[in-house]
Amino acid sequence: MGDTWSIGGRAFSSRLIVGTGKYASFEQTRQAIEASGTEMVTVAVRRVNLSDKSQDSLLHYIDPKRYVILPNTAGCYTADEAVRYARLGREVGLGEFVKLEVIGDPKTLFPDNEATLEAAKALVKEGFVVMPYTSDDPIMAHKLQDAGCAAVMPLGAPIGSGLGLRNPYNVRIILEAAKVPVIVDAGVGTASDAAIAMEQGCTAVLINTGIAGAKDPVLMAQAMKDAVAAGRKAFLAGRIPKKLYAQASSPVDGMIE
Amino acid sequence: MAACFWGREAGGAVRVTVNGQQKEEANGTTVADLAASLKLDARNIAVELNRAIVKKSEYGSTVLHDGDTVEIVTFVGGG
Repeated sequence: MGDTWSIGGRAFSSRLIVGTGKYASFEQTRQAIEASGTEMVTVAVRRVNLSDKSQDSLLHYIDPKRYVILPNTAGCYTADEAVRYARLGREVGLGEFVKLEVIGDPKTLFPDNEATLEAAKALVKEGFVVMPYTSDDPIMAHKLQDAGCAAVMPLGAPIGSGLGLRNPYNVRIILEAAKVPVIVDAGVGTASDAAIAMEQGCTAVLINTGIAGAKDPVLMAQAMKDAVAAGRKAFLAGRIPKKLYAQASSPVDGMIE
Repeated sequence: MAACFWGREAGGAVRVTVNGQQKEEANGTTVADLAASLKLDARNIAVELNRAIVKKSEYGSTVLHDGDTVEIVTFVGGG
């Protein structure tokens, strides 16, 4: 009976979800995922490459018995498109989970929240375990929760930006009202960013570029694992309040004269 | 061409679009045949025929027709 969390009927002890994009090779992906200690990995749904005869596949490097596979709808700009991708992802046959993304703008990759909500409602009705990428807007998070989403995943910062948790205060407001897991998705650039997200009380963090884009992705995966665990413990432990002035750690009495 | 003649006798070939590429397949080709000819592992793919999902259990019984559009997808690295 450890510090676990659950979603879609599955229990997890790792609070780190890892993306599989942008690695140098499938083998490096495998090693980084292994090092991260994750139990859930995201994947994208794309056309099979008809001219690639190597028959090599990401799925040869990720054991679906060991990792929950979270197909995303990345690259979709409308609710209909996202629903179509989600259905295809489910049809591959590795589960009902979907990381719902409906993008509003290619430069920021910020979500189109209106379309995300529309797609979320449709997918919930079809029995998906919907985990939507959303802005850090507490009202939106509440609407997604009410729509039956299994989690809400506010961005920390733009996808791939590495800027960290830009608005921890909004995330704390989201957390106050949330009855579903809150997962910071996007923007985590280094270990301290992950720890800060977890210190707010988030359920988990989702990282892709922060690991895959590091000079040594496998080492960064370990760092993220440690940071998520440390941030979680700090949250549970309850940090001291911030104060403007010093408070001596050593006794003020008993000084010699 | 003999093969062409034979094809016509058997009802001709079907022209289909697979992942945006034009392909000519023998009449009677099923989704299962197509996947096999592309050396795809049915366990790792999902298929749409004219924008409707084809269930894995229906690959063998779903015959391609002239003008069909097929999308075959798999999982790739993504965040």
